[in-house]
Amino acid sequence: MNEHVIHRVRDLPSAHLLGAGTAMCAGCGGLGALHQVYDVLGEKTVFVNAAGCMTLLANYPFTPFKGSWLYTAMASAPAGAQGVRDALDVLLAQGRLPPAEDLAPVVLTGDGSAYGMGLSATSAAIERGLDFLYLCYDNEGYGNTGQQSSGATPHAARTATSAGGRGHPGFKKDLFAIWAAHAPAYVATVIGAEPLDLARKVETAIGLKGPRLILALAPCPTGWDFEPAALVDVGRLAVNTGIFPLKEYRDGRITHTRIPRPRLPVEAYLSTQGRFAHLFSPRRDDAAIAAIQAQVDRYWQGVA
Amino acid sequence: MTRRLLTGNAAAAWGARLAGVDYVPAFPITPQTEIIETLARWFDGGEMRGRLTMLESEHSMVTAAAAAAATGVRVFTATSSQGLLYAMEMIHAVPGWRVPFVLANVSRGLATPITLEPDHNDVLAARDSGFLQIHCASCQEVHDSVLIAYRLAEDARVRLPVIVNLDGFYLSFTREPVEVADPAAARAFLPPFTGRGIEFRASRPVSQAAAVLGGSQYSYFRYETHLAALQALPAYAEIAAAFAEAFGRHHPAVEAYRSDDAEFVFVMIGSFATKARDAVDRLREAGARVGLVRPRLLRPFPAADLRRHLLGKRGIAVIDQNLSFGKGGVLHAELASVLYGEPGAPLLASFIGGLGGRDFAPEEFYEMIDVTRRAADSGRAPEPRLLYTAGELREMRKLQAIAAVERHEDGAGKP
Repeated sequence: MNEHVIHRVRDLPSAHLLGAGTAMCAGCGGLGALHQVYDVLGEKTVFVNAAGCMTLLANYPFTPFKGSWLYTAMASAPAGAQGVRDALDVLLAQGRLPPAEDLAPVVLTGDGSAYGMGLSATSAAIERGLDFLYLCYDNEGYGNTGQQSSGATPHAARTATSAGGRGHPGFKKDLFAIWAAHAPAYVATVIGAEPLDLARKVETAIGLKGPRLILALAPCPTGWDFEPAALVDVGRLAVNTGIFPLKEYRDGRITHTRIPRPRLPVEAYLSTQGRFAHLFSPRRDDAAIAAIQAQVDRYWQGVA
Repeated sequence: MTRRLLTGNAAAAWGARLAGVDYVPAFPITPQTEIIETLARWFDGGEMRGRLTMLESEHSMVTAAAAAAATGVRVFTATSSQGLLYAMEMIHAVPGWRVPFVLANVSRGLATPITLEPDHNDVLAARDSGFLQIHCASCQEVHDSVLIAYRLAEDARVRLPVIVNLDGFYLSFTREPVEVADPAAARAFLPPFTGRGIEFRASRPVSQAAAVLGGSQYSYFRYETHLAALQALPAYAEIAAAFAEAFGRHHPAVEAYRSDDAEFVFVMIGSFATKARDAVDRLREAGARVGLVRPRLLRPFPAADLRRHLLGKRGIAVIDQNLSFGKGGVLHAELASVLYGEPGAPLLASFIGGLGGRDFAPEEFYEMIDVTRRAADSGRAPEPRLLYTAGELREMRKLQAIAAVERHEDGAGKP
């Protein structure tokens, strides 16, 4: 496809825009994804943030961003992006802003906001056709407060509020489908462990107008209980076991950008993380593991 | 200048139009909707340039308003009651962004019970937010106050959002003759807005509303907002004087009516103060030396002006159209805090009335002055009074009797 400049790993940007020394944890999968996304997006952006881990990136008087930043609240970051976009449009239309001074509003939230409190503001922004990019770093729980269960927490994961023997009783909400049901310009899942796939999707998103979601699975060493050094391995296993499908929605069609072949058994992924340790010890819970495997199998059976 | 018969809502919309507002994020709520419908019509018809965007909640609406103001356009928005409360997280958050905009609040009593007519518990919930507050008593004041509010919000010493408050129904839906400012005169009074560098531009990145860790930095920024709000006192006086010069109408921070030689004074805010004003005239005709002092500016609190008008009086009847449960009237407590310990401090008598639009009978004003006079004579402040007449209580008992019968017939009330 000619719209892409990025074809192979050596086409990825070599200069890194996001500064070092942030307050994020070692091995933060969200920060890794943000690094890669920002390199493709560039600095003519204003990140409109909702309450979450990343709120501590811009910590007075420091910021890792070369571009702009606006912290709003947990529920209303898309509305903040709406206000910025509307104001820039008014200024452009009236000749009060040189086009070179225009900026792209980028909503930056965790799953707590994206799947829950901010969902109403998100749905409305999509429905209004707001021209914005939404980057969700999904670490499958309220990570900044110590990993309580959120709408993104997967079944059976132990969290600070589902610490019992069976872990989280609910099932992860399908945010990709919720977005796609609004028929927006673009929806894509990405993960930092697959940088080429990520960069090509961000590049696609930049080339489109309207509401666009980049949903990044963000392996979280502190919340999921694995060694920071294992970040990339955990991410690759999320993809290769089929638990986290890499896909995109565009023009009413969903395309899987990576179909794992062979698809590894889910326990290869589950066993890397302390939050699923109760599935393996003191006694292996075959039924629970099989149920998770069956759910993943069912998903991929539906993928042509 | 044209004289038109306008509702308070239309007067607010005219204020925004004459202010050359660029952007209106909106969400409807009774009794505010006429404001945003009017503005939407003007944007559609080309009478206003810019954009009106419907948001999905007041929380998002205030977020969008402040974000647009932070991007360097002139922003107007409006809400009421539950809407203001739904937005309350952002009402407290955005003054710290130090970006100016104006929000018209059409006061309406808060749930529970849910109701439509006015009192001030909604706008007083925003009292400690950093929004400045101007309280209007007439439709003309609404029109004028919106223009004044922009000058105040955008003043380099201030840079805080401003709430212009008008009472639901009594102002929002009441037509009064309003002198609508000539557009050129309005523009001369209020030149087009520029962000003065606090704006998002590709070549000049900024970080807005960044986090701080630690009480020292936090306190510094909170104190700054407080000091900016205090700077709004001299700024307001200058702006009101400039407005009077341009349009011939003076709107001081505190309006005093026949109070110079008064022994006893009513203190009230909002449109119901016009009822007290009428009572002052009648009491004066009967020979009583009575006046009215009406703060228009509630934040910043015009302490010096209030002392100037009230010290040396024998007694003040403070009429609160709000109720802080377990305490009493908010205005009463605010007033006491600026008069206590001052030489010549008058006795304060506290009255609660006008909740949910409950009317005041003229006799109640006469009675309040009597109560205040007797208290001043005895030197003891009376217990706060909750205004309610025997007739009202009788009507309430009838409704309760009907409710009891209905419940009994449904079988739900049987023991």
